[in-house]
Amino acid sequence: MVSTLHKLWRGMVCFALAVAIWQLVVTLSGVPRFILPGPWLVLQALGGNAALLWQNALWSAGNLALGLGLGIFLGIETALLLTLSRRARWLLRPMLVVAQAVPVFALAPVITLWLGYGMPSKIVTIALVTYFPIASALFDRLMALPPGLRDLAHLSGANRWRETLLLRLPHAVPGLISGLRLAVVYGPLAVLIGEWVGSSRGLGHLMLMANGRGQTALMFAALIVLAALSLLLWSAVEALARWTARRF
Amino acid sequence: MTAPAVHLSGALHGAAGPLIDHFDLTLKAGQWNVLLGPSGVGKTSLLRLLAGLPTAARLEGRIAADDDRPIAPRVAMMAQDDQLLPWANAVENVTIPARLRGERADPDRAAALLAEVGLRAELRRKPAQLSAGQRQRVTLARTLYEDRPVVLLDEPFSALDVVTRLKMQDLAARLLCGRTVVLITHDPAEALRLANHAWIVSRHGAAPCPLPKTPPPRRIDAPETLAAQADLLRRMGLASPAQVA
Repeated sequence: MVSTLHKLWRGMVCFALAVAIWQLVVTLSGVPRFILPGPWLVLQALGGNAALLWQNALWSAGNLALGLGLGIFLGIETALLLTLSRRARWLLRPMLVVAQAVPVFALAPVITLWLGYGMPSKIVTIALVTYFPIASALFDRLMALPPGLRDLAHLSGANRWRETLLLRLPHAVPGLISGLRLAVVYGPLAVLIGEWVGSSRGLGHLMLMANGRGQTALMFAALIVLAALSLLLWSAVEALARWTARRF
Repeated sequence: MTAPAVHLSGALHGAAGPLIDHFDLTLKAGQWNVLLGPSGVGKTSLLRLLAGLPTAARLEGRIAADDDRPIAPRVAMMAQDDQLLPWANAVENVTIPARLRGERADPDRAAALLAEVGLRAELRRKPAQLSAGQRQRVTLARTLYEDRPVVLLDEPFSALDVVTRLKMQDLAARLLCGRTVVLITHDPAEALRLANHAWIVSRHGAAPCPLPKTPPPRRIDAPETLAAQADLLRRMGLASPAQVA
C-alpha cells in the first residue's frame, strides 16, 4: 500500500515537472501557439473536443484491440506449429527470419492499397507488426526447454503434444510476456501509421486533419489520448507479467 | 515388479575421444550398485545410456537385463538438478510423468508418497518455496510414484548439506529397497554408506571395490567404514583401478 502510494506520488511529481518544463519552454521561447501550444491550451483542446476525441479514440482502440488480438493469436499459433512440427520449422523458420528483416511499417501503404481505407487494412497492419515479436519470442522460449525437463519428458515417454502442452508452454510464458511487451509498444504506432496512410476516422486521422488546419493544440490533445491508450495497454501487460511471474 | 540384474560391457567413447577403454560389470538385481569415480570419467554417460536418454557418448558393447527385456521403459531416474517444474506444486510435480504419458494422475497416492518422504505439510508448495533437501524429497516421491524396478541416481545428493545428505541417503536406502538401484557418485563416503556393490570407474575400466561386511546404510563413523574409506581414497588417488584389479 505504502509503495503504491509512493509510486503514485512519484508519478505525479514527474508529470508535474514535465508540464512545468513544457510551460517554461513555451513562455521563455515565445514560440507561436500554432507551433507549440502550452499545456493549458492543450488541456482546453482536450475539454473542448472531448466528444470528437472520444469517438476517434474508440475507433482507434477498436482497431488496436482487433489487430492485437489477431497478431497475438497468429503469433501463438505459429510458435506452437513450429514447435510441434519439424517440417513446419524447416519450411517456415527461414521465412520468419527474413520477414522480420522487412520493415512492416513500410508495407502500410501497400496494405491500404489492397484492403482499402476501412478497418481491415488497419487490423492487418497492426496484426503484422505485433505478430512477429510474439511468434519469435514465444518460439525461442518454447525451444529452450532446460535439459532436466527434456530428460523428464523422455523418461516419462511423453509425445511431442503433451511435452509441449505440459512442459514447454508453461516454461515459455515469460517469452510470451516479452513478445507482448514489444507488441503493445508497436501496436499503437501501427494504428497511427495505418491511419496516416489512409483513413477517414481515428486518432491518427484526427492528428493529420488538425495539423493541416493549424489546430496544433488539438493535435497534441489527440497525441495525449493515444499516449494514454498505450499506457493502459502497457499497464495491462505489466499486470499480466506480475501475475504470471507468481504463477510460472 | 521384479527387479532385473543388468549386464554392462564394452568400451565407452565420448565426443572428444575414448572415455572408458573396457568394462564388464553386472549390476545386481534388487540391490544398490554404486559407480564411483571422478567427474568427467563417463559415469553420467553410462547412466544415460542405461536410461535410453540421448548422450554424446557412444557405447561399443552391450547393455542387457538378465530377463532379456528392454531396460529403458523400466527405469526411473533422479538427478542432481531436481527436474522439478517451477510452476507446479509438490503433488503436481510428483504426478507429472503420468500426465506426460497421458495417464490419469492419482493425487491421493502422490500425497501419500510425499507424506512418506516427510512432506505432509508441503503438498501445495512450489519448488521455490522448498529447501534443496525438500526438493530432492519431492523428486524421490516422484521416483517412488513411478514405481519402476530400476532406479538410476545421478549424484542426487551432492548439492545438499552434510546433515540433509545423510538423512536423504537413509530415506532413499529405506524406500528404494528391493529395486535395482544404480547410484553414481564421486564421494567415497556416499558409496560406502549405501552400496551393496561398488566399482571404481576410470579410463581403464570399472574395478570392483571392497566394502565392509555390514549391510547398508552403514554408519559413517563406524571404524570399518572409516577404514574402508581410507582404502578407497588410496585406490582412487594413488593406484589406478587397472592395477587394483
